[in-house]
Amino acid sequence: MTKRPFLGWFVTPAGLIAIGIAASFLAILQYSLRAHVPGMLDPGGFTFDNFTTLLKPAYGKAFITTVLLCFWTALFTLLIGYPLAFAMLRTRSGWVRGAMLIITLTPLFLGEVVRTYSWIIVLGNQGFLNSALLGLGLIDEPISFMFTTMGVVIALVHFTLPIVVIMLAAAIAHIDRKLEQAAFSLGAGRVRVFLTVTLPLSVPGIVAASSTAFAWTFSAFATPQMIGGGQVVTISTLVYQVGFASFNFPLAASLSLAGLLFTIAVLSIFNLGMRRIERQGAY
Amino acid sequence: MNCTPLDHLLTWSGRILVALILGFVLLPFVVVLIASFNHSSILTFPPQDWSLRWYAHAFEYDDFADGVKNSLIIAAFGSTLALVAGTGFAYVLNRYEFRGKATLHAVLMSSLVIPNFTIGLGLLILAASVSIPRSMGLLVFLHITIVLPFVVRSVYVSLQNFERQLEAAAESLGAAPRRVLFTITLPLLLPGLAAGWLFAAILSFNEFTASLFLVNQRTQTLPVAMYNYVREYADPTLAAVSVIYVVAVAAMLILAHIFFRLEKVLNVD
Repeated sequence: MTKRPFLGWFVTPAGLIAIGIAASFLAILQYSLRAHVPGMLDPGGFTFDNFTTLLKPAYGKAFITTVLLCFWTALFTLLIGYPLAFAMLRTRSGWVRGAMLIITLTPLFLGEVVRTYSWIIVLGNQGFLNSALLGLGLIDEPISFMFTTMGVVIALVHFTLPIVVIMLAAAIAHIDRKLEQAAFSLGAGRVRVFLTVTLPLSVPGIVAASSTAFAWTFSAFATPQMIGGGQVVTISTLVYQVGFASFNFPLAASLSLAGLLFTIAVLSIFNLGMRRIERQGAY
Repeated sequence: MNCTPLDHLLTWSGRILVALILGFVLLPFVVVLIASFNHSSILTFPPQDWSLRWYAHAFEYDDFADGVKNSLIIAAFGSTLALVAGTGFAYVLNRYEFRGKATLHAVLMSSLVIPNFTIGLGLLILAASVSIPRSMGLLVFLHITIVLPFVVRSVYVSLQNFERQLEAAAESLGAAPRRVLFTITLPLLLPGLAAGWLFAAILSFNEFTASLFLVNQRTQTLPVAMYNYVREYADPTLAAVSVIYVVAVAAMLILAHIFFRLEKVLNVD
């Protein structure tokens, strides 16, 4: 056997943390199979009722709302993130690139609460956007952004944009510029080079960025809670509400478990797609 | 490359598009800046009168002061302990094979995939079922589990780029494993360790969702105190707090850019 100095010393702290993580996961699993006793915090006996409750339309609707939010957010984030990442890499001025990086990254290091609050001031009925549009005479009465899916999507796009831009920029940066130059030298125009060389070669980055955008949106809580205001019910806001408004922790546990299984399923599909793209070898 | 009128049109429409996107990113921060100087407690655009009273109120409000204190304590302990555990784990991950390695890795990295509200709920239920009080210690543990994957990744990357010959040289000169670790390995890993720790501390300072499940009145963190403030009051105090936050983060990033070049840090150059 080879010498492995420090193995025990180095694994033990990580092992203890892993035990804590595994135990809290088992706690969710255990609670999801226990009955809720109204008025009591301690759960009752063994039951599958929580999972049959999840089949009720209200819970199904939260799943659909969450999936739609994830879809729209990922789509719009990619649509505005790609040009930003592209411009960031192709600008010749280091000063412009630095400014773009700093502007793009700043929201990443602000908490969800600060960002969401800022959007409330922008989107509210007496907020900046409505006041500006009313003042310019473009609309006659305020547009409702608050408590709507559109409002939540706008704020979530802003929330997911930095990480998506970083991932796309990393993918575009690793494309061999010689391939583009070859296409140019053969007489292709800029649009054609972009559509037939650059864009296809950045597909792996686009897939990876979409899967991250999905995971971030799925776990977002402050944005749907504060901008959705109870009108846009997602899995995250529902788990919190079931737990802290009804104190039905067994149901909250089964709902999070269902959400977790769903996340794992979706991320596996993304992974599968990634592997298939990589196997095609063109990249 | 020859430039046709179409090329000019493309270049300029591209520039306008990117400017609009950057405008979208900046819009909420500009609006929050204007709102923070609004004098009346009801926000209107444009503000009728200007004042600094909300900044003064933000500094006087006890929940924010307590929140900053709690968040700093939790971030300091959480990211330091995560650094100790994460560095050790990244080291064995990089160098050794042992039974259960893959499982341990999967469990420790799982918080990257598990939504934060599930992590918070799980630890809350666990603490309740074994009668652990909702204390600062519990919050520190929560934050360790959330930031650990980032520390492990950062240190692991540094270890991959590590020149093992330097350790071999020290060993061949008769240094004991412990001496090699403390005089060669750790000092050379220092930049990776520092980057991992800083990122973990920022992440921890900003963590909101999972903490919301575990705080009580006494242990509430700054993000939770801010969230509770928005739910109770409509005045622009939080706009003032947000401006301070944005300025601090932007200043930090500008410094990071000057010293390290962000495009290098992010591997996008």
